[in-house]
Amino acid sequence: MKYLDEYRDPLKAKILSEKIHAITTKPWTIMEICGGQTHSIVKSGLEKLLPASLSIVHGPGCPVCVTPLEMIEKAIMIALKPNVIFTSFGDMLRVPGNSTDLLHVKANGGDVRIVYSPLDAVAIAQKNPEKEVVFFAVGFETTAPANAAAVWQAQKLNLKNFSILCSHVLVPPAIEGLLSSHQNRVQGFLAAGHVCTIMGYEEYEPLAKKYNVPIVVTGFEPVDILHGILMLVTQLEAGRHDVENQYSRIVKRKGNRSAQEMIFNVFEISHRSWRGIGEIPKSGYRLKDEFTRFDAERKFDLGAVAAMEPPQCIAGNILRGLNKPHECSVFGTQCTPEHPLGAPMVSSEGACAAYYHYRK
Amino acid sequence: MCLAIPGKIESFVENSDPKMGTVNFGGIRKTVCMEMLPEANVNDYVIVHVGFAISIIDEEEAKETLRMLSEAGELKRDLGE
Ligand code: SF4
Repeated sequence: MKYLDEYRDPLKAKILSEKIHAITTKPWTIMEICGGQTHSIVKSGLEKLLPASLSIVHGPGCPVCVTPLEMIEKAIMIALKPNVIFTSFGDMLRVPGNSTDLLHVKANGGDVRIVYSPLDAVAIAQKNPEKEVVFFAVGFETTAPANAAAVWQAQKLNLKNFSILCSHVLVPPAIEGLLSSHQNRVQGFLAAGHVCTIMGYEEYEPLAKKYNVPIVVTGFEPVDILHGILMLVTQLEAGRHDVENQYSRIVKRKGNRSAQEMIFNVFEISHRSWRGIGEIPKSGYRLKDEFTRFDAERKFDLGAVAAMEPPQCIAGNILRGLNKPHECSVFGTQCTPEHPLGAPMVSSEGACAAYYHYRK
Repeated sequence: MCLAIPGKIESFVENSDPKMGTVNFGGIRKTVCMEMLPEANVNDYVIVHVGFAISIIDEEEAKETLRMLSEAGELKRDLGE
């Protein structure tokens, strides 16, 4: 396929790998933010192509992994209600709550439906006026305009039976959270190409300056990732800390203005709690006041929900790049993709699942 | 979850609201929302995420990056490696 195959070419990967070897003189720790990149790195065995002194740690960029357990519980509580059609991207269905997951709710007769696009959820609401249709709106900046557009469309159609369970998160505040921690050991970042497709990369420039870290906006295919790593190591070796764009065929400095407008028509910035990490100020979106009638949390008046994390799970450390999945004591034994204890084992973009599938 | 895949715009759906178009992904066609790319034209390559086209692929930039990478490759072959 055009614009995919070129970036999976083993010869190009080999050349990039040799260049990275040639310029690397010191040990460096770099982080890829995005779960899609984690998956690509582990699946294509890129770490084997890199110098041993270069350590790649995996960041918090998997929306499935960072959606708080409380939200999963709320989703389950809503999906269990009799008059509800609960819609979601497929990845969220297997995330375990305290006692069950959405897939089991579905297996036991609950009306839980996987949708490809949030607009599909709006169409379901249109077709089923006697039911309450709820969409689980999770994701990073990449997904926010689509989820906003669904709410916008529901408003235009004057739908009374559509709402979203909103758990939107943002990348730059998470990077800042990592960098400002005294435990931080990350020296450079691969920024997530599709997040920057929407938002551009101006927001990263003050971060690179303040914390002296180079940041390279990077694509998702193996050649893109190796190219991004080469650009990052080049900067590290030269003592530079700029924001650079490897993914220039897709990403522009200012991002996609129409998409940003759509986001801010519907959402405003809010504090968000991240699973395994805790609350990060101004790190997410919530519905603006004029759209609160589309807010499922209000509609179903769920109040506070208690949720207990399994004590063995060290997902928080993994998402902050402090540990790798195989360092978890229950990795691959008590915790497997069939019986996940934590979210990073559920999603195919979670670091634990990627290690389990491709590194065993 | 931020997966977005490239495809070619074949047509726009007339009088659609939101604006929709047909995108061909290596033989598989899907109707996707074009609302975020008001400037897109038929035959443009776009990347699509959860049913929304979010960026037009910049052919010049793509060529430039690939040219850089393949130049490095030819150099290696010239050196007999
Ligand atoms: S292997 Fe399982 S228990 Fe361990 S950190 Fe990963 S998800 Fe949590």
